[in-house]
Amino acid sequence: MTQSNDRISPLHGAGGEVMGKLLAEHVLPHFAKSSVGRIDLSAMDDGATIQLPTVGELVMTTDSHVVKPIFFPGGDIGTLAAAGTLNDLAVMGAKPLALSLAVIIEEDFLISDIDRIVQSFADTLAGSEATLICGDTKVMGRGEIDGIAINTTGIGIADPAIGDAGALPGDVIIVTGTMGDHGMALLAAREEFRLETELVSDVASVWPMIRSVLPIGGIRAMKDPTRGGLAAALNEMARKSGTTIEMNQSDIPIRGAVQGLSDLLGISPLEVANEGKAVLIVDPASANQILETLRRHPLGRDAAIIGRVGTEYPGRVVVTTTVGGRRFLDMPLGDPVPRIC
Amino acid sequence: MTRPFELSDPVRARQLADAIAILAPPTLVKIVHVCGTHEMAITQNGLRRFLPDKVEVLEGPGCPVCVTPTADIDAVVQIAEAGAIICTFGDMTRVPGTRLTLEQARSKGCDIRVVLSTAEAVNIARETDREVVFFAVGFETTTPMTAAILLDDPPKNFSVLVSHKKIPEAMAILLDLPGTNISGYLAPGHVSTIIGLAPYEQHLGKFNIPIVVGGFEPLDILYSVALILRQIRDGKGFVENGFPRAVADKGNMAAQILIETVFESTEVQWRGIGAIPDSGYRLRQEFAQFDARERFHIEGETGDEKIPGCRCADVLTARATPADCPLFGTRCTPLSPVGPCMVGTEGACSIWFRYGGRERP
Repeated sequence: MTQSNDRISPLHGAGGEVMGKLLAEHVLPHFAKSSVGRIDLSAMDDGATIQLPTVGELVMTTDSHVVKPIFFPGGDIGTLAAAGTLNDLAVMGAKPLALSLAVIIEEDFLISDIDRIVQSFADTLAGSEATLICGDTKVMGRGEIDGIAINTTGIGIADPAIGDAGALPGDVIIVTGTMGDHGMALLAAREEFRLETELVSDVASVWPMIRSVLPIGGIRAMKDPTRGGLAAALNEMARKSGTTIEMNQSDIPIRGAVQGLSDLLGISPLEVANEGKAVLIVDPASANQILETLRRHPLGRDAAIIGRVGTEYPGRVVVTTTVGGRRFLDMPLGDPVPRIC
Repeated sequence: MTRPFELSDPVRARQLADAIAILAPPTLVKIVHVCGTHEMAITQNGLRRFLPDKVEVLEGPGCPVCVTPTADIDAVVQIAEAGAIICTFGDMTRVPGTRLTLEQARSKGCDIRVVLSTAEAVNIARETDREVVFFAVGFETTTPMTAAILLDDPPKNFSVLVSHKKIPEAMAILLDLPGTNISGYLAPGHVSTIIGLAPYEQHLGKFNIPIVVGGFEPLDILYSVALILRQIRDGKGFVENGFPRAVADKGNMAAQILIETVFESTEVQWRGIGAIPDSGYRLRQEFAQFDARERFHIEGETGDEKIPGCRCADVLTARATPADCPLFGTRCTPLSPVGPCMVGTEGACSIWFRYGGRERP
């Protein structure tokens, strides 16, 4: 039996008995459903098979995850890895089908922490329709990697896939909930800030919510506003479609605690990551039905129309501020730095 | 809603804009503020849209990172190379010195750490036997923190390189420089919570120009601009408190005593302006043991401040807007900054670039 203070050793990554035991005891039991084809996760073969769907197109995405701290209010790197890949599929309009899980671990990492992370990954996956079908484990020496890094590849089926370039003038912009929760929760949780807040990451799989609006139709473009936040997502959508995104600051849902920390640190909640939200650009004829349907889902309670697509400044995002000013909202430059005073 | 609504109320903002339009004279009015937080609020909220074309608001020497002279960066690099751990605020690490930025010093093996408070630097010192030096920058808002730490028995391996500066003295010097043409000052609310109104009266009273202490919410700023314009209309020039919900006329006496106990005034260099008498602080003799300059035998040298083509000096003295600089947004961006006003996150150039200040939709 594993003790609570057992740690990862180089042997766990060596491909032999020790690794087999780690997987059998700490990974496989979390994933009851393991098959989307003839050869599945439990077969522990060199690969797994997927029975091809008869309609639609296959969507594939991959994402690597590193996060500090590894465990944060509202989730951990396991939740983030699963949700990140599921959400990349969901905002392509794709029903998640199969995921891989590749983990690189630093020597001496607590095996009990691996348990927590794999459990989080499995829990997040359970809420979607996807199955973990293959994986990989590597161990690196102490100091060669900071704790743990996870890569997940996901495959989904869309009919048809929705890109992020399809905005048309007159379309309506919807966000599925409050902005900046994940980024601000992580900033608050970072050791150097020593802040006590009630901020919680929004990390979650948005697929169950997105699934409910796909049949309505009229979704022209969709994106998950992760790194760079809403500002990056909207700028990308404006550039790719050659349109202007016009939004109202006062319509953007932002939690009071998120705004408070944002004011304190001088970091905009529109420029930090969300991990359980989507931005939809939709046909105005479908906008109200999509909004109502989103709001009926627990993850979409705070969904809101935040603006419209225009033509005045192609490729740019323009914000009408709460007080009634107007300014461009540009692509964030990089990781935000807290200000001095 | 993203801010306290009553302080961003668009209806009241419109009313203030109407008042501003009535109060504004037909001639050009140049209002200067001296605070990155003011510039951030003005730009982020798109407040210039509420002002008549002839009313300009510019950021002067309001970014503590930007006005820190090359010589101070050089001194800290020298101390870092001698093996001490340097603790400082985030964007200080990217300000150019004569040879190196602190970031470049770090990549050469120096131990440079970013902290959010003086207290954090002291905690680092308590956990090591190595020398730990806090590079203390900032105006009157951060000076009391440094003073409080030095009065709280810091460990022997802790010292401070003092680069704290005083705002009213710099505001006064600006009025004497050729070509600044300042009609009035929007004085920083947070600095004023510490120093109160007297230092402005003392240093700026003789100039007879409007000086209004302003808060940082959109309506605070528009209100303060209206107060400045009213003084101009009435031919007056005095210190007025436009932020009474936070600023007491006397300031924060406890903080003032902390500063007085630990520091004494001295002439210091301001990047872009030069030496200003009594505009900065040095440690009093009783605290000399914590002076990093003495501990590491730093001589008072002056680095070369000039960067070819860069108009930071004009931006810091409110003689140019960031967009007036030929390098702005072309060779000089926050990702590869040329001058300090683009390095400091509170620098006018950085704020204009990041928050769309160069063009107005």
